[in-house]
Amino acid sequence: MSQSDLSLALPITPEAQDADTPVATTQRRILSVGQISALTLTTLLLLWWAATASGLIAPLFLPSPQSVLAKFWQLATRGFMDATLWQHLAASLGRILLALLAAIAIGVPLGIAIGLSRVARGIFDPLIELYRPIPPLAYLPLIVIWFGIGELSKVLLIFLAVLAPVVISTAAGVRSTNPSRIRAAQSLGATRAQLVRHVILPGALPDILTGVRIGLGTGWSTLVAAELIAATRGLGFMVQSAAHFLNTDVVVLGIIVIALIAVALEASLRALSRHLAPWHGRFHGKD
Amino acid sequence: MSAHSSSPVVPGLVFERLGVRYPGARGEAALQDVNLHAEPGSLVVAIGQSGCGKTTLLNVAAGFVSPTSGRALLDGQPILGPSAERSVVFQEDALLPWLNVLDNVALGLRLRGLGKAERDARARAVLAQVDLQGAERKFIWELSGGMRQRVGLARALATDARVLLLDEPFAALDAFTREQMQELLLRLWRADAQHANRQVLLITHDIEEAVFLASELVLLSPGPGRIVERITLDFGRRYIAGEATRSIKSDPAFIAMREHVLDRVFAQRGASSAALVTHGAQA
Repeated sequence: MSQSDLSLALPITPEAQDADTPVATTQRRILSVGQISALTLTTLLLLWWAATASGLIAPLFLPSPQSVLAKFWQLATRGFMDATLWQHLAASLGRILLALLAAIAIGVPLGIAIGLSRVARGIFDPLIELYRPIPPLAYLPLIVIWFGIGELSKVLLIFLAVLAPVVISTAAGVRSTNPSRIRAAQSLGATRAQLVRHVILPGALPDILTGVRIGLGTGWSTLVAAELIAATRGLGFMVQSAAHFLNTDVVVLGIIVIALIAVALEASLRALSRHLAPWHGRFHGKD
Repeated sequence: MSAHSSSPVVPGLVFERLGVRYPGARGEAALQDVNLHAEPGSLVVAIGQSGCGKTTLLNVAAGFVSPTSGRALLDGQPILGPSAERSVVFQEDALLPWLNVLDNVALGLRLRGLGKAERDARARAVLAQVDLQGAERKFIWELSGGMRQRVGLARALATDARVLLLDEPFAALDAFTREQMQELLLRLWRADAQHANRQVLLITHDIEEAVFLASELVLLSPGPGRIVERITLDFGRRYIAGEATRSIKSDPAFIAMREHVLDRVFAQRGASSAALVTHGAQA
């Protein structure tokens, strides 16, 4: 198959072009990118199965796909550490949702202020640039000392991880507002507040959504760290405590669920972006 | 000209010894000592090579740029900032892509606090004026360049602005569409009896467009930006009276005027030594 792919990638000779061009162009795309990616994942799964079925790797280090699937059923119905998989999942999603809402409620107005006002930019820019590059795990102990080991500390840690990208993207979106749009709205009689409401904020929406998407990515990866703090529920807690008992199948399952949720979050935010800002990316194509 | 008027308030757009020097700009002023009176009902076209200050002139009229010397007045009132009585149409369309055509046109009315039913009705009426009936629900990115400029014009007209300021509005359009838009502008300018006092200030670098549209042509020269010639024209009025565009544009009088203006623009080019070097091949 690879051989035919190669030959089709070559420039088409005049004779071949005369024969039937449409067929040639459709044949060139035997596999879409999505199909190739699906093949990659299938291959990975097959390798995993082969390595465990042949006894090459002991189940303690890598349990077989079947046993992980069986574990999934067991966790979904009976649970692990006094909670089902769904309860762990709900606990984690609840935390990230709470942190996300707080980060949007605070980050978007803050970003708008930084984008519009020289004073706000002078005050908040250094604060955000200072804490943003620090890995959340580094300031986790400090948060525990200050706020204890309750829910607040976990949500706060994720909140801080989400906040910076939301603020920075919002400010960038506000600053990149097309000056002609502002002038046009002013010449239609817009006040400063109306400019923000009708021109600047909608224009920054694609950037804000990008910030939220990036923030959710970092927030989700911070979550596992946050749930190491004396949690009794959550995917991070589940993986951590399973590792203590060498329940490798639960560990692997937890990692897969965490990965799937991350992919789902990313995809749904991209879909939301396309839905809320359909003009983005195709508006300046013409002139 | 209403110079004979004894009333202290001069109607229309007035520039008095207007000067603009941008902060930090070395050397020449963008505009220096510009005197101009654009009467109500006039269609003034400012033309000149790049750097002659024509965009600055429009920006002062719009209230985006404050004069550093002299005054800019509308009906005797100093222009202190942007206002809905002076609507601007830009070359690059400054429409809002998250709104459909109707909502874009109704934006000025919405900012003024009009109810949805009333502003939609008025926006529909203006869209009909620019021949865009049926496009109300379309989004901006679904429109051609010419249609977008029609929406831009409609948006500026919807608020019943006293002055329309057009910043090279047709420069990005193909020749055929551009001519259609020139005809549309003339119709909007004169055919609407309700707005007989509406005046237009248009800037362009297209000499044929300037000669065709202008009721008064203002020729600007760079270094520093100033008015070097003013010509009263009636080719646009002939179109409104019913003469065909091609017939006007092929009239020897039109061609002679076009060549005269062309000569003046090229003469400026020769006068500026820096321009002489860069445009040596053309000169």
